[in-house]
Amino acid sequence: MSVGEPFLDVHDLKVEFPTEDGIVSAVDGVSFSVQKGKTLAIVGESGSGKSVTSQAVMGLINRKTAKLSGEVRLDGEELLTASTEQVRSLRGKRMAMIFQDPLSSLHPFYSIGKQLAEAVLVHQDVSKSAAMEQARQMLDRVGIPNPERRIKDYPHNLSGGMRQRVMIAMALLNSPELLIADEPTTALDVTVQAQILNLLRDLQKEFGTAIVLITHDLGVVADMADDVVVMYGGRIVERGGIDDIFYAPEMPYTWGLLGSVPRMDVGRGARLEPIPGQPPSLIRLPKGCVFRPRCPYHELVPGNRCDVERPDLLPVTPDHAVRCHLEPAQRKEIAIERLGAQAGQVAAPSSSGSAGSGGAVGSSGMEAQ
Amino acid sequence: MTVVDESGTSKALRREDALLRVDQVQKYFPITGGGVLKRKVGDVRAVESISFDIIPGETLGIVGESGCGKSTAGRTVMKLLDPTGGKIEFEGRDITHLSRKEMVPLRREMQMIFQDPYSSLNPRHTVGSIISAPFKVQGVKPARGVQAEVQDLMARVGLNPEHYNRYPNEFSGGQRQRIGIARAIALRPKLIVCDEPVSALDVSIQAQVVNLLEDLQDEFRLAYIFIAHDLSVVRHISDRIAVMYLGRIMEIADAEKIYTSPRHPYTHALTAAVPLPDPRTERKRERILLEGDLPSPINPPSGCVFRTRCPKAQDLCAEEIPLLRELAPDHFGACHFPEEKHLIPVATV
Repeated sequence: MSVGEPFLDVHDLKVEFPTEDGIVSAVDGVSFSVQKGKTLAIVGESGSGKSVTSQAVMGLINRKTAKLSGEVRLDGEELLTASTEQVRSLRGKRMAMIFQDPLSSLHPFYSIGKQLAEAVLVHQDVSKSAAMEQARQMLDRVGIPNPERRIKDYPHNLSGGMRQRVMIAMALLNSPELLIADEPTTALDVTVQAQILNLLRDLQKEFGTAIVLITHDLGVVADMADDVVVMYGGRIVERGGIDDIFYAPEMPYTWGLLGSVPRMDVGRGARLEPIPGQPPSLIRLPKGCVFRPRCPYHELVPGNRCDVERPDLLPVTPDHAVRCHLEPAQRKEIAIERLGAQAGQVAAPSSSGSAGSGGAVGSSGMEAQ
Repeated sequence: MTVVDESGTSKALRREDALLRVDQVQKYFPITGGGVLKRKVGDVRAVESISFDIIPGETLGIVGESGCGKSTAGRTVMKLLDPTGGKIEFEGRDITHLSRKEMVPLRREMQMIFQDPYSSLNPRHTVGSIISAPFKVQGVKPARGVQAEVQDLMARVGLNPEHYNRYPNEFSGGQRQRIGIARAIALRPKLIVCDEPVSALDVSIQAQVVNLLEDLQDEFRLAYIFIAHDLSVVRHISDRIAVMYLGRIMEIADAEKIYTSPRHPYTHALTAAVPLPDPRTERKRERILLEGDLPSPINPPSGCVFRTRCPKAQDLCAEEIPLLRELAPDHFGACHFPEEKHLIPVATV
């Protein structure tokens, strides 16, 4: 990530919500960057801060109720300190967002065409009919049959998959350079999910869009991402290329996530290895490592460092960083023990960089840029 | 009208020791017109015709996308809905037309776990009274007293027995689902219908609940009907899987065969659409994209219901309903042109 200008660069982002019960530290010190034409996945469970992070980037967090700090740069332009008007002029044009629930994100009173055309008219100086024509073309592009007829339909006339396509069409109307997709397929059936993911991939290829994909589904991550950020308790606990995270993860939480996911290509008998306990409350975060209460390995760390000292996010390789007090050698050993044969092949493709299998091109290609 | 004489099916899907046997069960919901007379103008054919059986200790997964009728199927075989056709037998006894009251004794044997742990627990009742409700309803008096029994159940499902007097809102989603599970196993049933029991939960919590369900099954030799849209979870927990589409079973077979050698084009497309949490395999996988959306269950297509989206559809598919027939030993499919064996190579990780 060091070479080449990242299109989106987030540095030390903090979002705090003061509440009656105390300060909710929803996002704490989050840094990541995305280049054009690449996909970054932000993975985490409920309350991990992944959605708040994306909303902060889009300028969708009300500054009267929240405290924001850090830097968010879109193509070099600082957004956190920018005026509301300035951010608004970028939103929908240079950056756009797809939300999880298309029914509550579309206005029930206006036709699809009208809502789409409005998105064009806000940012482009064109006639209404030209805007409508752009809307029609984009509906066609996202695979909606009979767009000239559908343009007159209302959101309730459409199925879930269709609505999600309309949302995507709306997000893509002004060919944004950054697309933030917050659980874009979670509400959809798998066959429709496959259609939508395919569409996102095609559009990315065509327009070189940078995508930030927020999801809890590791299958979708494996399918789409070049780089992955794993969040827990409002912090990044591990960050790396797709192969680092899936084949050489070094953070106990990432191991837990991978061990929790049932795989369709592995049958009965293989037992899941869940993470014990519950995610932490963001009001009363543990003093030391936020994952300490659920971590089965804290006893391997001498003293009570995990209880009293917040670990830093430290690099393992230039593109792979981990927040954990365990010694690197210990982590590698446990990873192989937990992930078995999979972890055995861990280092081969990513460290040699030879990209022997066509598969490794995705992530190593990016490093080479 | 639909001719569904699935002679081959009925014979082969009839295992001697079946706990529950479902034979061509149908559930239509009437659509009534406006006005005072509420004349019937049509039907939503939620479940057109399904047949399967389940033996003690077995897990049958039912998968399918939204609107395929899997939840209605679960509720109908539990007799929470009255079937409009077909026959349901529990331990050899025909329960198809039993009234609600006549069903009460049978509820000791068959229980249900629901998807939403927020709306399926009464917020005004304590956990203790929720879990002990089955004892009251059935008039069962545990030897050591209700509270001791309930606290044992709570400990068994991984809840703190001291939380006996707490209310549901004091528990997280995963813990609430444990409360629902404790209630379901209270009377030691033989069959539990689980309707999307883990889909509202986070991944790490989901794995805890799946493991709990597996442990309880081993301990009490429970049979599960596990209804879910997530194929990975269903594959993980099931012995056999039934794939539903628009109210019909398209394919039913051993869980592994459903994944490694699907014979129905729909199953094939469905399994190929599930992304695997393994980037290297994912980059190499073939993708089959289905066009379009699910047709309306009010006016389903003639012949095979899947033909409108099927890449292999031919004239015959519009004319004749394919029957669920045995394509290989214990492998049933409803297709005129079933796929060849072993389409998907077993993943080599």
